[in-house]
Amino acid sequence: MEVDKEKELREAEEMVKKNIILTTVDTALNWARGHSFWPVTFGLACCAIEMMAAGASRYDLSRFGYEVFRPSPRQADVMIVAGTITRKMAPAVRRIYDQMPEPKWVIAMGSCANGGGPFVDSYAVVPGADAFLPVDVYIPGCPPRPESLIYGLLQLKQKVQNPAKVRLSRHGK
Amino acid sequence: MPQYGSGLFVSIAHLIRGLFGGTTVTADVVMTVINSLIIWALIALAALSLILLERKVAGWMQLRTGPNRLGPRGWFQTVADAMKLLGKEDIFPAAADKWVFGLAPMFVIGLSVMVMAVIPYGKGMVPVDLNVGIFYLLAVSALTTIPFFMAGWGSNNKFALLGGMRAVAQMISYEIPLVFSLLGVVMITQTFKMSAIVNAQSHVWFILLQPLGFVVYTIAATAETNRAPFDLVEGESELTAGAFTEYTGMRWALFFLGEYANLFIVSAVAATVFLGGWQGPFLPGWIWFAIKVLFMVFLFLWFRWTFPRLRVDQLMHFGWKVLLPLSVANILLTGVGIYIYQLIYPAIGG
Repeated sequence: MEVDKEKELREAEEMVKKNIILTTVDTALNWARGHSFWPVTFGLACCAIEMMAAGASRYDLSRFGYEVFRPSPRQADVMIVAGTITRKMAPAVRRIYDQMPEPKWVIAMGSCANGGGPFVDSYAVVPGADAFLPVDVYIPGCPPRPESLIYGLLQLKQKVQNPAKVRLSRHGK
Repeated sequence: MPQYGSGLFVSIAHLIRGLFGGTTVTADVVMTVINSLIIWALIALAALSLILLERKVAGWMQLRTGPNRLGPRGWFQTVADAMKLLGKEDIFPAAADKWVFGLAPMFVIGLSVMVMAVIPYGKGMVPVDLNVGIFYLLAVSALTTIPFFMAGWGSNNKFALLGGMRAVAQMISYEIPLVFSLLGVVMITQTFKMSAIVNAQSHVWFILLQPLGFVVYTIAATAETNRAPFDLVEGESELTAGAFTEYTGMRWALFFLGEYANLFIVSAVAATVFLGGWQGPFLPGWIWFAIKVLFMVFLFLWFRWTFPRLRVDQLMHFGWKVLLPLSVANILLTGVGIYIYQLIYPAIGG
């Protein structure tokens, strides 16, 4: 019974994939999404300073159209987790993520967001944003330079615009 | 002075009218539909290009480049933004007042369309040339307060409610100097009709006769459109996104669209009332109008990226204690001026 249902679903999915109109719309939407990531105005630690520097004159995130930092998560597309996530802060971070509308992405910026960083042994620090968020792009560095953040955002753009290429085999597709 | 090519759109309108029998009801209906479609297109076009202009000007003022990756010099940036917003999830907060929350963005954009119907875009290019034109314009644009409050109330969110309250306080306070600053021009021209106000400026623009009125109008209009330094309605640092906090995707984009449509409207009114509308030498009237509107828009962008945001109490003090007396003084001065003018030239005026 379950297997039949799953088979049916798979077939339907294949049909959807072959549908020219839907795939074209999807391609167009992905193109638009990749060119307009609006991050949430939100920073946790020193990485946020580098994030601000990326938005300022010297590095100018706005060249790519990513400078529209939205104060409300309801209007944002990307969450840049910039800094150390303490156990006390984690629920608030998760809540901001939950408030964002789909489609949404997460960038883990800096060592702390990647895996706890220098504070990984602390009882008060969450070892990495992927402990409770689906992270799309990891940016190494402590803190990463603004160029790294821009590179990370461009990698995310590649990921969004080429969904077929980034599908992982362990996700069964 | 002669203008060349002014009658282009008027001739096209005449042609279309002729196809449907000149002055029949059918022709009227067809022209109304065409006009409203043009206004919708104009709003979309104005919003898309003004948002890009805003980001470019912001970049220029902060020694940045601004969007430059998508299309030639980044001109398609806002197209991508609009498409992305179309594809976003539409969230209705569980505790929101569904009807009020859903209707607010539509009201904003609807009011903008209603206002844009009475603006003279060129010689003979007024979609609806009401004899109470400027009165209607002020009355309808004053209603813009209500959708903001609806958004704040309907969201059932404390930040949104505070933002909505601020919108009401700010927009109603600044509505009074705005109206009074335009009253001086109405006293001189003795008419509310927009096209007649433009015609009265064939010799001298009213910015020269009403400099104080122009200054008061520009400041009050900045506050009316909720732009910096008066953008307290969505002051990020204290109110998240103010009245728009709970809006997502296309609903929020409608607010954004309305905001830039309002920017276009206040600039168009300033161009019409103070800068001579479509009057100007050689170039077609609608090009003169566009140039003047763009100048005013640039002025508002300049304000936004130059001045820091005011505090709420400073905003209220400035509105009631500075702008209101100034606008009343402007009316008094205009009245005295007209009286003296009539004493000197009894045959002309009044």
